[in-house]
Amino acid sequence: MENKAENPSIPNAEVKGPGKLARMFLTLYDVYKFIARFFKEGFLPPYEAKELFRQCYEIGYRSALLISTTGFITGIVFTKQSRPSLSEFGATSWLPSLVGIALLRTLAPLLTGLIAAGKVGSSIGAELGSMRVTEQIDAMEVSATNPFKFLVSTRVLAATITIPILTFYTAMVGMLGALLNVSLSEGTSARAFFQASLEQITFLDITASTIKAVLFGFTIGMVGCYQGYNSSKGTEGVGKAANSAVVIAMFLIFIEEVVSVQFFGLFRS
Amino acid sequence: MEQKPTLKNTEKVIEIKELYKSFGNYHVLKGVDLDLYKGENLVVLGKSGTGKSVLIKILVGLLTPGSGEVKVLNQHVDQISYKELLALRLKVGFSFQNSALYDSMTVRQNLEFPLVRNQRKLTKAEVNLAVEEMLDAVGLLQTINQMPSELSGGQRKRIGIARTLILRPEIMLYDEPTAGLDPITCLEINSLINQVQERFHTSSIVITHDLTCAKAVGNRVAMLLDGQFQRIGTFEEVFNTTDERVKPFYDYNFIQ
Repeated sequence: MENKAENPSIPNAEVKGPGKLARMFLTLYDVYKFIARFFKEGFLPPYEAKELFRQCYEIGYRSALLISTTGFITGIVFTKQSRPSLSEFGATSWLPSLVGIALLRTLAPLLTGLIAAGKVGSSIGAELGSMRVTEQIDAMEVSATNPFKFLVSTRVLAATITIPILTFYTAMVGMLGALLNVSLSEGTSARAFFQASLEQITFLDITASTIKAVLFGFTIGMVGCYQGYNSSKGTEGVGKAANSAVVIAMFLIFIEEVVSVQFFGLFRS
Repeated sequence: MEQKPTLKNTEKVIEIKELYKSFGNYHVLKGVDLDLYKGENLVVLGKSGTGKSVLIKILVGLLTPGSGEVKVLNQHVDQISYKELLALRLKVGFSFQNSALYDSMTVRQNLEFPLVRNQRKLTKAEVNLAVEEMLDAVGLLQTINQMPSELSGGQRKRIGIARTLILRPEIMLYDEPTAGLDPITCLEINSLINQVQERFHTSSIVITHDLTCAKAVGNRVAMLLDGQFQRIGTFEEVFNTTDERVKPFYDYNFIQ
């Protein structure tokens, strides 16, 4: 039988943790590596097509009802609130085009992004966080499967694909809300309403909205996955992951909105 | 209870030399040396927080060693590429303390998951057969369409072991296989670990602080104390001591 002597001496120097600023840069570097890993591994075989479709369905299905309700109400409220200002100038006939442009350029992408950040981002953060805490991600690792590919790549791609679709759906539902209000107040026909609202919409509006929605989707998926995948141990870590996934995604969406408005404004002038 | 004999095989499947691992100021492993021989069950005993789980997580590359040499099936775990590590992990099964079943998948999907991703040429019928055979081997074929939340603790452990075995690993690492289970279920799990050794010819490291389990499944026992293996040998050799750090383990399990 082997019987070892007392412990060898271990260097017991104080290990100081990094300072606040250093920690911030370390986190940024960590985020950069996470995003780089997505682009490096996300598009290479083997593909997790089944999981990707499942995630697209989940994201769409999970947000559809809330988005329908919010979009419809926003259409009604925005039309109702805009009418007094326009009627002062005798320009209520501009309502359909105003609503169309507002919805497509800003309201639909922003509303969809914020709702999805709350619904989808938190759900991804909590799901992956809980998988981390219960060692399910480690279990994937040790069974020679790449959990990043299965869990992160599929969810980020699904969010990036689905949010633009939901954005146009929100715009459509919002227009229906606006149509209801306009037809009840002014008696405008559906044909006249859509003709007036769509003729002001340009190719640039559609392109800008699509790009913004893609960016929002990518942000929501990436932030949710990063927070969940790297969540700390314990149930508190899961809650934190879900919460920060929403807060950070919403914050980034507003910043992206401001930047993209400035950027696409350059093409309009 | 019969104590298992020490095996005579000298072929090493795991070699650990002078392994150190710290978390900040907390030194967990302080120069660990350990060999696992082909075909044997080695039980690692120790108090909670002594680094038993850390040790086996280093073996599968879930944690990196601070310093020292860790060879699994003649490969330095910390020096190989990620692709090589994935290939190595196919040969090393890891059974988690809390089973770590994928709770959004049924039992069938849990077992299919590693199989279809690592053996892509298998037909659907072959996958089904492999899953059913493995569930039968752990005596839980009837749970095939159940969700993990519908299973008992012992059943979850068995399914976790089955999911690991479906890749036919050469080495099995069990992290606290009997933790949180009633005594009867513990005996069933001990028997399963022995069956796995005999039927699948695996070499295993079993992490536990349950001496009944250690005696039932271990060809050798290693006692992790103060970051090092202080005593390694048969169950009797390890506990035939007056060492005050070792005696309480035996007294608690067999005298209390």
